[in-house]
Amino acid sequence: MTQTVINPTPKDYKSEVKPTWCPGCGDFGVLNATYRGLAGMKLAPDQTVVVSGIGCSSRFPHFMKTFGFHSVHGRALPVAQGLKMARPDLTVVAVGGDGDMFSIGAGHLIHAALRNIDITVIVMDNEIYGLTKGQTSPTSPHGHVTKSTPYGLMASQFNPIATALSLNVSFVARGYSAKPKELAALIEKGIQHKGFSFIHALSPCPTFYHTFDAWDAAVTPIPAEHSTNDRASAVTLAMETEKQFIGLFYQEERPTMDQAAQQLVQQSKPFDLEQYMKRYA
Amino acid sequence: MVNEVTIRIGGESGEGTISGGDILALASARWGYHVYTFRTFPAEILGGPCMFQVRISDQPVKSMGDYADVLICLNKEAYDRNIGELRHGGVLIYDPSDFTPETGDCITYAIPFNEIARKEVQLFQTKNMVMLGAISGLFGPPSEAILQVVQSKLSKSRKANTTLMEKNVLALEIAKNYVQQKLSKHDPYVLGAVEKTDRLVLNGNQAVVAGALAARCRFFAGYPITPASDIMEGLAKELPQVGGTFLQAEDEMAALAAVLGASYGGVRSMTATSGPGFSLMTELIGLSSMAELPAVIVDAQRAGPSTGMPTKMEQSDLSFALHAGHGDTPRMIIAPANVADCYNLMIQAFNMAERYQMPVLFLTDQSLTARVESVDHSAFKPAELQERVQYQPEQSNGASENGKVPVGAGVGEAVSSFARYAYTASGISPITTPGPGATAYVATGLEHDEHGHPDYEPEDHTAMMEKRFRKLDTAAEELPKPERYGDENATVGIIGWGSTEGTIQEAIDRALTKGYKVASLHLKILSPLPDRTIRDFIHSVQKVIVPECNYSGQLANLLGAKYGLQAMRVNKFGGIPFTAGEILRAIEEVS
Repeated sequence: MTQTVINPTPKDYKSEVKPTWCPGCGDFGVLNATYRGLAGMKLAPDQTVVVSGIGCSSRFPHFMKTFGFHSVHGRALPVAQGLKMARPDLTVVAVGGDGDMFSIGAGHLIHAALRNIDITVIVMDNEIYGLTKGQTSPTSPHGHVTKSTPYGLMASQFNPIATALSLNVSFVARGYSAKPKELAALIEKGIQHKGFSFIHALSPCPTFYHTFDAWDAAVTPIPAEHSTNDRASAVTLAMETEKQFIGLFYQEERPTMDQAAQQLVQQSKPFDLEQYMKRYA
Repeated sequence: MVNEVTIRIGGESGEGTISGGDILALASARWGYHVYTFRTFPAEILGGPCMFQVRISDQPVKSMGDYADVLICLNKEAYDRNIGELRHGGVLIYDPSDFTPETGDCITYAIPFNEIARKEVQLFQTKNMVMLGAISGLFGPPSEAILQVVQSKLSKSRKANTTLMEKNVLALEIAKNYVQQKLSKHDPYVLGAVEKTDRLVLNGNQAVVAGALAARCRFFAGYPITPASDIMEGLAKELPQVGGTFLQAEDEMAALAAVLGASYGGVRSMTATSGPGFSLMTELIGLSSMAELPAVIVDAQRAGPSTGMPTKMEQSDLSFALHAGHGDTPRMIIAPANVADCYNLMIQAFNMAERYQMPVLFLTDQSLTARVESVDHSAFKPAELQERVQYQPEQSNGASENGKVPVGAGVGEAVSSFARYAYTASGISPITTPGPGATAYVATGLEHDEHGHPDYEPEDHTAMMEKRFRKLDTAAEELPKPERYGDENATVGIIGWGSTEGTIQEAIDRALTKGYKVASLHLKILSPLPDRTIRDFIHSVQKVIVPECNYSGQLANLLGAKYGLQAMRVNKFGGIPFTAGEILRAIEEVS
């Protein structure tokens, strides 16, 4: 049985699989924002693929009614990029956590930024490893005591927005799971953006690192006068430590690799074996 | 006079040793001969010792030849390195200004290559043309055949100009006249005129690219690695011409991840790598198997372990290919034996990946990647393609139309009714591909139920594991079986795999003429194994030889574990393929 929904509501993107997340997990807010963003864009679930890696947040595709690909730890970005290169007609959204995107899969960010393939990545950042039950993450603050840093974290804290800006990602935004309406708007904008869209979603962990109160206090909308084509001032906002700015930091339209590849394909012809093998005659 | 000659050219990389050899092989093939080449690569990026060997015959050539009949040394080091490979009574050609060879039992021709190139042609780069002119004058093929090849090569080169072509012609003619006037030929090697036939001349990697295109591969992602990079470079150029796309990945994990992403999108996809890259891909191989997504992974084996010897051959990734990945992971393995196989088994590999929805590992090796063979044109037939078994919903899912928002497909009961990983008798579960009207599902590396939902129940894991492995049983029934070669009443059997087939068959041919009773079975699909065929073969003979270019006897170990076979192991692991003579000695030893 199928039904055609002309005006979809967020519920239409919700699958029957119940999230495995702890009560109060920030990822619920991100999931709801995603339902809302997709509904707002009236995206067809049969032409939308949500790709993830491994981690609490990477269970995400199972909770969606779209197509989904729950891959392995760290590889959501290359899976998503391969899919978009091969099938540019699809909407491709990659999701994952800070471990997936900034640790085991961090290397892929650089190349996703360089290629500017038209995918959107939503990183649910709780500054801790949740699925493995409470070890330090690249986004944990210096000195943070966790199960794997019993004497305090001796490394520095990773700055996702500043990194994305330094990589010249063509769409850089931050949202907060406790503000799903604003986050949904950013997700919509990110998907609409032609190119690689990076959305950093603050998404607290109620079980291993309680940052709700700190983030409630720190989260501040990006000042209205900020110009989203000013990368230098975007970096200044990203370097702010007291405040966590949310909103669109930076956006630039530039050629995408998937479209460039499609330009080449436009002159293509069906493979002709006889013709092809003549070069070896 | 013998209408067959094996010529080895030893020299410095960059002075035209390899390009000269290439031209010789191509010209001989165009002249109507069968050719089979073997070459080494220097470790240096520029310069370094290298050699090129081509066996040229009016009969089909199955191996590189035991020894060189003719050895051309372009410097003293080439002489020191290669003289041991010249047959007794063979021909040694050298430039007396480079060195003076020790007098042995070989026939020597001293030719002043350097002087001719420098003083008479007045262009030192034509030294390899001088060499080709000498070869042409002494043995064949005629200079017109060589010039045709040079012309077609130059026409594709940026360096091309008429002066260069004229100098090439001059070099060829002067050298040819020199050997005909100044040398008295007293060797038996002459390539006379033969009938021209319709053959193609290409190497293993070129055939892999052609096979991938014919198999309708339309996405490639990979990371450069010797000796697989030619496949990547070939497809980077060709895929856009046939509607496909290409991605140079940041590493091999990303490469296979991108391939699985594209495969999820319903596009036939592949990657190509060698040992180190293959090692990095293992987690993704498990994902391909678990999520049941087709992928073709070419492993151009090179000598390992670790970085090993990137430019040397070995058949030492079989054990790894059989087991790569944690957990019990069904996968298929296919290994080409020759250049024609590189084309045909590539098509087979894609068909296997698509039909059985799992990773297919294509094990070629360094020697085959670069081996040039003349192959009957008829070996390259258009592909017969097998497709994924598609899920057919009972009713239309309401495909999207312009202006109407189709949140229809994949919504509501359609999702819960679609068992992407349905238990079937064959193990093959119908799949869907994202697109208008398609029913959605989640592909996952987590254990899952029939609907793809995460599921850790003991009975479900058991049933799902059995379902995944059932596909191998189905495949074992459906896939072609290897054919026996040699004596029907053989007492000695040889079981081989990969690029050694021709060499083994040549050894058998020679053994049969000597009266030995020997036959071989060459395995091209190594997972799933054709159990009955192998058992029947083992039981039909008294002794079995398993020759492999690896240290540990990886096929012999497998056959021992599966069939209790106590084989005579013949292992070579110096980075150089077997010669037929080496296999023949093993046959003589056990007979």
